[in-house]
Amino acid sequence: MITHSNQTADSRHLLEFVLRQGDNALVLGHRMSEWCGTGPALEEDIALANTALDLIGQTQMWLAYAAELEGRDRSANDLAFMRDATDFRNLLLLEQPNRDFGHTMMRQFLFDAYQVPFLQALESSADQRVADIAAKSGREARYHLERSSDIVIALGDGTEESHRRMQDALDRLWSYAGEMFVTDETDIAMHNAAIAPDLKLIHAQWNDTVQARLNKATLAVPDSTFVHKGGKNGVRHEEHLGHMLATMQVLQRSYPNSVW
Amino acid sequence: MADDQASVAQIREWLDAVPDPEIPVISIVDLGIVRDVQWRDDVLDVVITPTYSGCPAMSVIPEDIKTELGRHGINKINISTQIAPVWTTDWLSDKGRANLKGYGIAAPRTTGVPEGCPRCESVDVEKISQFGSTPCKAQWRCKSCLEPFDYFKCI
Ligand SMILES: [Zn+2]
Repeated sequence: MITHSNQTADSRHLLEFVLRQGDNALVLGHRMSEWCGTGPALEEDIALANTALDLIGQTQMWLAYAAELEGRDRSANDLAFMRDATDFRNLLLLEQPNRDFGHTMMRQFLFDAYQVPFLQALESSADQRVADIAAKSGREARYHLERSSDIVIALGDGTEESHRRMQDALDRLWSYAGEMFVTDETDIAMHNAAIAPDLKLIHAQWNDTVQARLNKATLAVPDSTFVHKGGKNGVRHEEHLGHMLATMQVLQRSYPNSVW
Repeated sequence: MADDQASVAQIREWLDAVPDPEIPVISIVDLGIVRDVQWRDDVLDVVITPTYSGCPAMSVIPEDIKTELGRHGINKINISTQIAPVWTTDWLSDKGRANLKGYGIAAPRTTGVPEGCPRCESVDVEKISQFGSTPCKAQWRCKSCLEPFDYFKCI
């Protein structure tokens, strides 16, 4: 899937790429952690918190690498807690507020269905550190996809109300999903350096997974092709991210450099 | 290497006394997370690998290793974490699997389905949730004795 070439990766693009992976995991991980103690059932509460934990663990690996590449003597924690919203490189999809449980799981499903083939492709990355982190995270992503698929299918093909809520969630989130496949100069540089796959291939795999499972969930795939973008390149985050970071970063912002 | 240094085999035996912080009936050696033990002059290098990326036990384990080896007079210890090759439940020892069962946790199986209820051995079991009390476990229920039980997820 990844084609090799002799070109060396521009280090600026590699940092940008690694930061995007770390910020995706961090922002979604924090969103999932917001459910802690308020899940719809004890089992779900635990599952949401454990998914968050996996994502935060993945964040530590990506952001530790990003901090090394940056070489400005900052740690993974500094990157997580001391950067402003405009410095974040996560997908807009992932900063969307949780809303109800169905909406949270639909967001998770749309991302998991991307993350599984994407991380699988990264396992053969020309950058060994990227390959190692992807191999570690990929197993967790596969487990997450199994769970989010089951829930999307159960609730989509559930009661009249659960079906309506899942369809609403899908309609709302659909225009955010497209940003995962928007290819910019960083993606091209990473693909040329055999560090990351061609997103077109990932898009095709994502489409197959998503179409099949949404069919099973009796949900109608929206026909809109509009794409909200500006998250992964940091140009235009929505107000949601700022609110989320205000909560997430308050301790480090108020008491800089405090440690456990 | 000095003559009075403990052998690596001896050290592995000592490490086998360090329990997993969340499942105390299995040791960190049983769990397969001690990847390498080696003397570098008078410093002991210990390489460990995380189970799940976000497993909170990973911040406790290095301290436990230092405490245990300190009891045997080894104080210069350098512990590092290595993520590749990726840890899998295949690395769980047979002793570890047996101890899990005795503790009421069904051992991981590649089929993704526990062998049976750890209490009554019934194979009539069903999944309640893909996640249990820790990231490494799922929740199942026995339909014969009606008791819920933890299943150590297979990854
Ligand atoms: Zn039973």
